[in-house]
Amino acid sequence: MADLALAGSASTATTAPISTAPTSTASSAANRSLRPPLIAGGKTPSEVTADICQPLERRATPLWWAAFLPSLALLLVGVAAVTYQIRTGIGTWGLNKTVGWAFDITNFVFWVGIGHAGTLISAVLFLLRQRWRTSVNRAAEAMTLFAVMCAGLFPIIHMGRPWLAFWMLPYPNARGSLWVNFRSPLLWDVFAVSVYFTISLVFWYLGLVPDLATLRDRLQKGFKQRLYAFASLGWNGSLKTWQRYEMVYLLLAGLATPLVLSVHSIVSFDFATSVLPGWHTTILPPYFVAGAIFSGMSMVLTLMIIARVTMRLKAYLTDNHIDAMAKIVLVTSMMVGFAYATEFFTALYSGNEYERFAFLNRALGPFAWSYWIMVSCNVLTPQLFWWRRMRRSLPVVFVASILINIGMWFERFVIIVISLSRDFLPSSWAGYTPTWIEIATLVGSFGLFFTCFLLFCRFLPMIAMAEVKGVLSS
Amino acid sequence: MSSGSMIGVFTSQEDVLAAVRRLRHEGLVIADVQTPYAVHGLDQAAGLRRTRLGWVTGIVGLSAAVAMLGFQTWVSAAAWPINVGGKPFASTPAFVPVMFEVGVLAGGLATVLALFVVCRLYPGKQPSLVHPRVTDDRFVVLIEVPVIKGPTIKGPGAGPDRALAASICRAHNAIEVSTDGVEEVADAA
Repeated sequence: MADLALAGSASTATTAPISTAPTSTASSAANRSLRPPLIAGGKTPSEVTADICQPLERRATPLWWAAFLPSLALLLVGVAAVTYQIRTGIGTWGLNKTVGWAFDITNFVFWVGIGHAGTLISAVLFLLRQRWRTSVNRAAEAMTLFAVMCAGLFPIIHMGRPWLAFWMLPYPNARGSLWVNFRSPLLWDVFAVSVYFTISLVFWYLGLVPDLATLRDRLQKGFKQRLYAFASLGWNGSLKTWQRYEMVYLLLAGLATPLVLSVHSIVSFDFATSVLPGWHTTILPPYFVAGAIFSGMSMVLTLMIIARVTMRLKAYLTDNHIDAMAKIVLVTSMMVGFAYATEFFTALYSGNEYERFAFLNRALGPFAWSYWIMVSCNVLTPQLFWWRRMRRSLPVVFVASILINIGMWFERFVIIVISLSRDFLPSSWAGYTPTWIEIATLVGSFGLFFTCFLLFCRFLPMIAMAEVKGVLSS
Repeated sequence: MSSGSMIGVFTSQEDVLAAVRRLRHEGLVIADVQTPYAVHGLDQAAGLRRTRLGWVTGIVGLSAAVAMLGFQTWVSAAAWPINVGGKPFASTPAFVPVMFEVGVLAGGLATVLALFVVCRLYPGKQPSLVHPRVTDDRFVVLIEVPVIKGPTIKGPGAGPDRALAASICRAHNAIEVSTDGVEEVADAA
């Protein structure tokens, strides 16, 4: 699908979105000679259906169980840790009066950032007519949903009384009515993250409907077939439905693009609207958005490389796909590196001693190790991707993508913990060490993420069949 | 399916596109085309009007955004004004993020709901497929041909349109053409 806007290629980009067929045939012929095919192996549409449906129709492989059981174990570790801390109170964390945000908000920002790549691929690359996205968008959108779920957990747990989380919503109540504070960036976060999750979920489900119909018609009978039939909404691939569907997809992509930029901007307002040195800067919104796409794209690479190897999807996730994503990682890494340099320069040049101290303390203070992990993982590692051979080497890209995610986690740690631990008054300075409970909660969030992702790979088509079929001939 | 329709089954998007153009050129009525993916240009070839769903997004999204701005102002300046560091009660710039988010949420959900309503898609609906493989790899054109009452030279109901439509489909590499109604073909396949 998606041909409405993705019609032809860059060569038809100047014509109207819906061009006439002779133009599109001519341009796809030109594409054939200029570009390698998006899907390798000269697949036919029915081979695409078979390749992508087969993993869902056979029993789970030992490899899948080998990944699923440890993930589930990590999730249970997280459940145990969260249960203990809710029963006992968040005094079980290593927070103190000075460092009131640490692991929890670091994890929150980290996971929200991971989610951004999914929307980038599904919406921004759609509007930019990057047709290679069809092989990765479904899995990347699923990743977004699971990452935002993980992100949402941390502020809710941090409240200490998660059963009162609904107090964050403005609803008429018996307390006055006492309303929420619409001037607080923390409340903006509630709206941004929940809207982001809802729109991502709807976008993802809409994309799934034609593929669920394919599964419904393939399976013929059984419990799973009835579930697919129920969820596929009676889809029959009718022309009028496709036409409206494509328009809605385009509209949602148009809505999701500013949304994805707004979400991490709003997350950065949590920091930027405060007066704390190291937080109070105008560069934070673009810096956070670039960082989010950077970390998210790395996570997509990690997951796609695992999927390509274990699920035999080499024809769909080709070296060209890995190459294109590695280029996005390189570009966003440069943006992030540029932001690091800019904020350092601004602080030194500002003549404000608190700002200057905050940044020198990041690079040379007691937490300098975390700062240098951040710089080496986020700025130095991606430099490998200047070389085509490196972008096409699965082991190199895989290791780099994991290092980048470690680096991006530390970026949030650096911003949050180092800035808080050294504020204006030396008498309130403090250190911070995470407790086992906090570490177990972080580990548990990875368990939740991978458990959900593996279940998704097992029960839903992880490549958008209807979209891939549409780009076969180009 | 109505007895006045017939189908042509194709295996490639180029063929179905060319066949639909030709059929319409000859004045035949395309009732539907069922395809496994959105074939670019097919809506124009079949003479479909551009959908107006964009209006739903625009109107609902903008109204929700305006309503949310009003609600925030009412909450913060009228219902329960709280003096936070001497800031004005109706601090409009601070209401922009939530206004935007709610506008996007309402616009997005309304658009998708409108799609489901106008396309009559709902959970558990029985699909009406003209061919069992339209969600896999077959492109099927459903052509409306007027039924001619009474006996004709070629037999009951077989007007000249049927023969013409069938020959156009075959000329464009249709692998299957059914002039006898849809259900039989669906069963045979």
